[in-house]
Amino acid sequence: MDASLLKTLNAERRARRASILVTDLAEGGGRIVREGDSVPGALGEAVSKCFRTGNSTSVEVEGRSFFLNVHLPQPRLLVIGAVHISQALAPMARIAGYPLEIIDPRSAFATPERFPDVTLHAEWPEDVLKRQPLDSYTGLAALTHDPKIDDFPLRAALEAGCFYVGALGSRKTHGKRVERLLAVGAPPEAITRIHAPIGLDIGAASPAEIAVAVLAQVILAFRSRGAEAGQKGEAA
Amino acid sequence: MENHAHIDESRDPLIIAERWISEGKDVAIATVVETWGSAPRRAGSHLVIDADGNFQGSVSGGCVEGAVVSEALETLTTGKPKMLEFGVADETAWRVGLSCGGRIKVYVERLAG
Repeated sequence: MDASLLKTLNAERRARRASILVTDLAEGGGRIVREGDSVPGALGEAVSKCFRTGNSTSVEVEGRSFFLNVHLPQPRLLVIGAVHISQALAPMARIAGYPLEIIDPRSAFATPERFPDVTLHAEWPEDVLKRQPLDSYTGLAALTHDPKIDDFPLRAALEAGCFYVGALGSRKTHGKRVERLLAVGAPPEAITRIHAPIGLDIGAASPAEIAVAVLAQVILAFRSRGAEAGQKGEAA
Repeated sequence: MENHAHIDESRDPLIIAERWISEGKDVAIATVVETWGSAPRRAGSHLVIDADGNFQGSVSGGCVEGAVVSEALETLTTGKPKMLEFGVADETAWRVGLSCGGRIKVYVERLAG
């Protein structure tokens, strides 16, 4: 590796773009492969697997040894709604390795007293997302079940290809939500990516238990990225 | 605004290596390229070393870093990358072994300026 390659690699990492540094272990040279670049043959298969699993690995291709060092952005969560479930979800997500931020324009909910040590935005999601756009390594959970607050970020999350999109609310509530999203032009196949009712079905009853169900669903979604073959390209 | 990449710039070995280079230092990068059994750091982990023997990051739980640093200093002189192997099964391991019982392969290269 040389200094300019290192600089490029660090720039990709800072910009939250997934990349792999491919090192030829015999020759010593290196190059950067970005997610979506086409790499032919056995090396290409190994590259795809690295992007999916996030595990770096050595591979032999036609008698040559390569090391694939994969750099995935840190997965993170954006929660819409400074509600009771979010209070439990915030510390759990942080411990599990999914740093979380909360947006809620209702300043009575989004207070530091209710959310110590959490990055809070007491603003409309529209304004926050303008400053810090969503990406495919961000998961979004909409927990207010207020259309005025939830609908915009949900649609933005589908457009950005967020690895997880979940929305609180009963099947009936979600049915109405689907109608609203269709009415503003969200593609039906994208809407099916919304997990609603939210959370894995573990019989969660309390807000904290629902937070566990949501976090488990987030982890499942992150660890099975790319398993739904071909979906990524279509979403755009 | 927050650091949205969630990179700890003060401890991240690759960020530190870039800074060292910009300060005109010679830098070697050691990378775990293979692990067997129970290994403390996963493949892809880095230790970065400057010509004075300062190092940041890790390739094990502190068991073999000393040996990697001295190999890296040699690589800085010769410019030749090398592949190191550490485990419990060989002679070296007795001196700088992995107490966890695993084996690791570490690639050491000079960061060309």
